[in-house]
Amino acid sequence: MIDVLLITLLITLFYMAIANRLMTYIKVLAIQGVLLFVVAFVQLEEINPLNLGFILLETIVVKAMVVPFFLVYILRKNNITREAEPFVSNFFSLIITTLIVVLTVLLSNTIQEAHLDKIFFIVAMSTLFFGLYLIATRRKIITHVMGYLVIENGIFVLSLAVGNEMPMLVNLGIMLDIFASVLILGIFLNKIGDVFKDVDVQQLNSLKDV
Amino acid sequence: MILTYLIGALIIAIGISVNRNKWVNYSLAGIFLLLQWTFTIYACFHLNETDLGYFTYDSLGILLLITLSIIAIPATIHSKIYVENHHESGAVRAIYFLSMVGLITAIGAGYLANHIAVTWIFTEITTLSASALIYHHRNKLALEGTWKYVFICAISITFVFIGILFLSLSIQQSGTGHMSYSSLLERAPMMNPFWLRLAFLFIFTGYTVKLGLVPMFTAGVDAKDKAPAPAGALLSSVLMNLGFVGVFRMYIIVANTPLHHWANLVIGISAFLSLFVATVYMIKVKNIKRMLAYSSIEHMGLVMLGVAAGGIGYYAAILHIILHAFVKSSLFFQFSQVYRVFQSKSIYQLGNYFKYNTTGAMVLLLGFISAAAMPPSGLFVSEFLIFRSMFEAHQLVLLIAVLLLLTMIIWAFGKNILKILFIPPVGFNENNVPRISPWESVTQFVLLALAVYLGLNPPIEFVHLIEESLILLPH
Repeated sequence: MIDVLLITLLITLFYMAIANRLMTYIKVLAIQGVLLFVVAFVQLEEINPLNLGFILLETIVVKAMVVPFFLVYILRKNNITREAEPFVSNFFSLIITTLIVVLTVLLSNTIQEAHLDKIFFIVAMSTLFFGLYLIATRRKIITHVMGYLVIENGIFVLSLAVGNEMPMLVNLGIMLDIFASVLILGIFLNKIGDVFKDVDVQQLNSLKDV
Repeated sequence: MILTYLIGALIIAIGISVNRNKWVNYSLAGIFLLLQWTFTIYACFHLNETDLGYFTYDSLGILLLITLSIIAIPATIHSKIYVENHHESGAVRAIYFLSMVGLITAIGAGYLANHIAVTWIFTEITTLSASALIYHHRNKLALEGTWKYVFICAISITFVFIGILFLSLSIQQSGTGHMSYSSLLERAPMMNPFWLRLAFLFIFTGYTVKLGLVPMFTAGVDAKDKAPAPAGALLSSVLMNLGFVGVFRMYIIVANTPLHHWANLVIGISAFLSLFVATVYMIKVKNIKRMLAYSSIEHMGLVMLGVAAGGIGYYAAILHIILHAFVKSSLFFQFSQVYRVFQSKSIYQLGNYFKYNTTGAMVLLLGFISAAAMPPSGLFVSEFLIFRSMFEAHQLVLLIAVLLLLTMIIWAFGKNILKILFIPPVGFNENNVPRISPWESVTQFVLLALAVYLGLNPPIEFVHLIEESLILLPH
């Protein structure tokens, strides 16, 4: 069951790699949020209401609802064109994503570790590197925020792999991280939309030396 | 007590944000300084006691907390001068002081945290409060700087979190998952080296954004350039020290495992590359504020070279970050006055500073001598000790390369500073140069003098505290 869910998560990455429209990205992010909730729910050994509520809040409410709605709101408000405008072709993107997954599989095969579920590790690391790749190859600033969210999803999977030993405090930290960064990034993204007419990273190059 | 401190700071912050009256804001900032110092003095009398479960008043934390509290006073005074000179509106001023209080509190609590996740959380909070300070001017460039800072910090802080997850994997064989620094240290020899390696790499890379080393240094430079000078002073002194605390506490754990030499290698490579990058940019850069920021990167590179060399280098590293905080914050405070005279940051438009503001020019000259580590600067002592530790560690080739780079840095730094001090600027209208009261420079002289005093004639308690903070490292 968990394997199927995790592999579905992996497939969403491939879908994201070749998607053309920003709305598709947002929908994929919402789906990933739901998937993460189911994975966490199945993975949970004992149902502790507090813990469950926390995961529910973190995945369904924040990752699958609040953040996507917020991104759609930003998209509408700033009249951002709906194309993702990657620097590289879709075919090339697909190849790179495949390479990322293959490399993480190879990396995980070198690990001799009884405590770790390898599929969690593979999915987490692939998601992580894919997020970085997304940031590096997309032109719009809003896609950078989406890349960051993909990285956050990877970390969520990784923290599930580590097991239930993570203290509450760390969970709290994740929440803080997501809330703070997305809100701050969103607020500044709004500002960037107001100040710079086109929301494109090429415009953010005034701060430099010589 | 730390609970009182955090709640007190929160109440003061709320007070500042709801009341936009000028004098209420200033008096609340004053009350915060009082709270900060009460807390610092309380911490000094409760050495090595744990508070609230997650905070310990250990020697490293206390040393840096005192540094923070000392720098917080001039930072507040110069902030007041700054907002008055810019005739800021009530809302802007309130947000400024609010973020300042938030930043100082988060840094202080981050120093004292004894749990790796707590250090991480407070580092995250510093990003949030610093971003409000960087965005102070609300123009296009400030927005760009803030965006880059927030984004790169968010990614880096995420890296630290991944590191913490790997660390918890590495201790799974040894029972409980409690991750305070002391319990991690106890179990250091039993850790799984593979996961520990990954954990150290990620945590180190993540904290370099605050510490100002390769690879994540870029965000900090933009931030210090766009933030108001008094805030820039905090960003390039005490906030960098928070990054150092994050790396150093992790380093202590790794140093007690067989991976000690590997960790030294990682730190050494990053430190040397930082020095190299700092040299390249110091030679090219034409913006004095960015030049000061790159000089901070150079100093942090030296500090980490000291840590990598070991021996007396540990002592020198801690001495160096404290003295560097005093010197660099004083230079940033002085920059505020330079900007008021010339209304520019570009080296081309600055010059003949001695004529327009003699006291400020003295600060700039003495600050340059201090930052370039020429005697009688205290930094001379710590840099000399760092070089000695590298010599004793038989890193001769590296030492020679570092000395060559430093020579170039001092040449570039000196060329620019002396140009500002003595050579008349082209096309500068002298008629409306404001007169700057010499009293505004007093705090800067005090900071510089403190750096000399602590370097040349350190009080016995100071030396004792530094030595105690190194006690957990293998000898």
